Amino acid sequence: MADTEATTTPHPLLPSLPDLGGPRQPLLTVRGLSRHFALKSAAWFGAGGRAVVRAVDGIDFDILKRETLGVVGESGCGKSTTARLLMQLIEPDQGELVFDGQTVGSRSLPLREYRRQVQMVFQDSYASLNPRMTIEDSIAFGPRVHGLPARAATTRARDLLARVGLEPARFAGRYPHELSGGQRQRVNIARALALEPRLLILDEAVSALDKSVEAQVLNLLQDLQREFDLTYLFISHDLDVVRYISDRVLVMYLGQLIEIGSAQRLFDQPLHPYTQALLQSRPSTDPNHRTESAPLAGDPPNPVNPPSGCRFHTRCAQAQAVCSARMPTLVEHGNGSRVACLAYEPDTGYRANGSGLIMKEPIHG
Amino acid sequence: MLVTSPDAAAAATPPDAAYVRSRGHAANVVRKLLRNPIAMGAAAVILLLIVVAVAAPWLTPADPFETSMFHRLSPIGTPGSPLGTDELGRDLLSRLMLGGRLSLFMGIVPVLLAFFIASALGILAGYAGGLTNSAIMRTIDVLYAFPSVLLAIALSGALGAGIVNALTSLTVVFIPQIARVAESVTTQVRRSDYVDAARASGASPFAIVRVHVLGNVIGPIFVYATSLISVSMILASGLSFLGLGVTPPQPEWGLMLNTLRTAIYVQPALAALPGVLIFITSIAFNLFSDGLRAAMEVK
Repeated sequence: MADTEATTTPHPLLPSLPDLGGPRQPLLTVRGLSRHFALKSAAWFGAGGRAVVRAVDGIDFDILKRETLGVVGESGCGKSTTARLLMQLIEPDQGELVFDGQTVGSRSLPLREYRRQVQMVFQDSYASLNPRMTIEDSIAFGPRVHGLPARAATTRARDLLARVGLEPARFAGRYPHELSGGQRQRVNIARALALEPRLLILDEAVSALDKSVEAQVLNLLQDLQREFDLTYLFISHDLDVVRYISDRVLVMYLGQLIEIGSAQRLFDQPLHPYTQALLQSRPSTDPNHRTESAPLAGDPPNPVNPPSGCRFHTRCAQAQAVCSARMPTLVEHGNGSRVACLAYEPDTGYRANGSGLIMKEPIHG
Repeated sequence: MLVTSPDAAAAATPPDAAYVRSRGHAANVVRKLLRNPIAMGAAAVILLLIVVAVAAPWLTPADPFETSMFHRLSPIGTPGSPLGTDELGRDLLSRLMLGGRLSLFMGIVPVLLAFFIASALGILAGYAGGLTNSAIMRTIDVLYAFPSVLLAIALSGALGAGIVNALTSLTVVFIPQIARVAESVTTQVRRSDYVDAARASGASPFAIVRVHVLGNVIGPIFVYATSLISVSMILASGLSFLGLGVTPPQPEWGLMLNTLRTAIYVQPALAALPGVLIFITSIAFNLFSDGLRAAMEVK
């Protein structure tokens, strides 16, 4: 069919954006990114005792070109806030974003241009589509904002619909409530691709889908990544999905980055005690390896008043006295891995107990 | 094949006619409204009232301004005056028909004016948020603090009797109420993921409001506004009753209710007639507004 062979040819009014720094330069460099939310009720009592939620508290990482960087962590650890900060939907309090060598918001890369390069797919497929707009109009909106004539924008929207597996003749004129969740998420992906971005932020983009549909959408994402040379930031609470799709994985805890490394290394040999506990908390498919006791008890501490020192020490099985006194820094631990744990930092006063932090049981995925 | 014939190119982009286009929101609302007998009945009543009121100068059986000392307060069913005559002997049916003009005008126009002004204010406050929101909404809250009847009377009293003054004060009374609804609906829409997605695409706030916000908020605001038409009519009648709205000898239902009040022990049926019309009209507008609300609900 002619429809399925559709390609998005660059329009002269909306040219594709070039790769500036070459393949070795990170696509997005994040430095010291922070966002604290002031609590409304506390704002009345003067600036002195003003309480803030440290949603994202100074994180540094790079997103490499054409990789998929997975982001995992418990609810409330700042995953989604990070996504919104990277998309510039909320302003950071501190920190710098450098996209392909250009500082975001600077004269060389104004926000509007940055937004063509980075797009986002949200978790709720229904809430992220305007209920009063046909899906082709929703997809065509972005290109039209950037100056594409209505006709060309509609053509692009239909091409993209075909590309994400929705026959344009049947679906282009429909409204979001007439589509299934999986179809809507395909529409959202098509909309995100309409501006030919280079980085796609997928914030729990497949979490709300049925397992079978989820697998289809994941495969679609992988195909699109190859076809359009995309880079993904893949946020999910589903560790198995992250392992399946990611090249590298980043672990967050209470607004901080605590471990980053290749997916294979991180899942096979997690360094940080929190990562170890997180991986152990996955239900095993093997009845002989039942999880008998919860590897991680309780909820994360209140981010308004995070624990001193290492933020994980209150729940950490390997915690020592020094952990509540000293804040660990993110240190290299071979092969591009970085971890923020005093046990891996030299001369911190943490006494290795012989076995180090090797897990007692191997992890079954 | 590398050679692309014109035919193949045409097949790649089929003409628009080949595309299935779903019924739009407006068409859906109309369809649902047409299937709602109560809303349709109310619409028929409203239409009848409006047609009669507009055509009143040509329809009235007698001169609504001609007084007759000999035929004062004649009862319903009097030959020549099917609905009787008022305290000055004027034909009541003719006066009720002509009075509908001003009553409906005073019911609809202030709400319509307030709808436009308040929607603009509410959408601005809701979308801008922060300081702009506080400035607009706190100012509006000051007006909102007064009971609407009291505010209408106070404003009309200060401005003096007359249709334009009554219109102005009623508009001011309705602005805070509609603006509050507009602000809360807009705030809700503003927080939705599709507005975030539109912001992520780099669209200007103006484009986002025009394309994404307006279509989603104007419906609920309009429904709320239509429910205020009956209130406006009753308030306008009240103002006329107090001598602050329409001035005699101009017929208007509220004013007629006031003057016929003196005859309530002599001819109670006559005295009740303008009230019955006010009642029917407000019920019709409320039922229609309810139907509209139901029709606009998306599954």
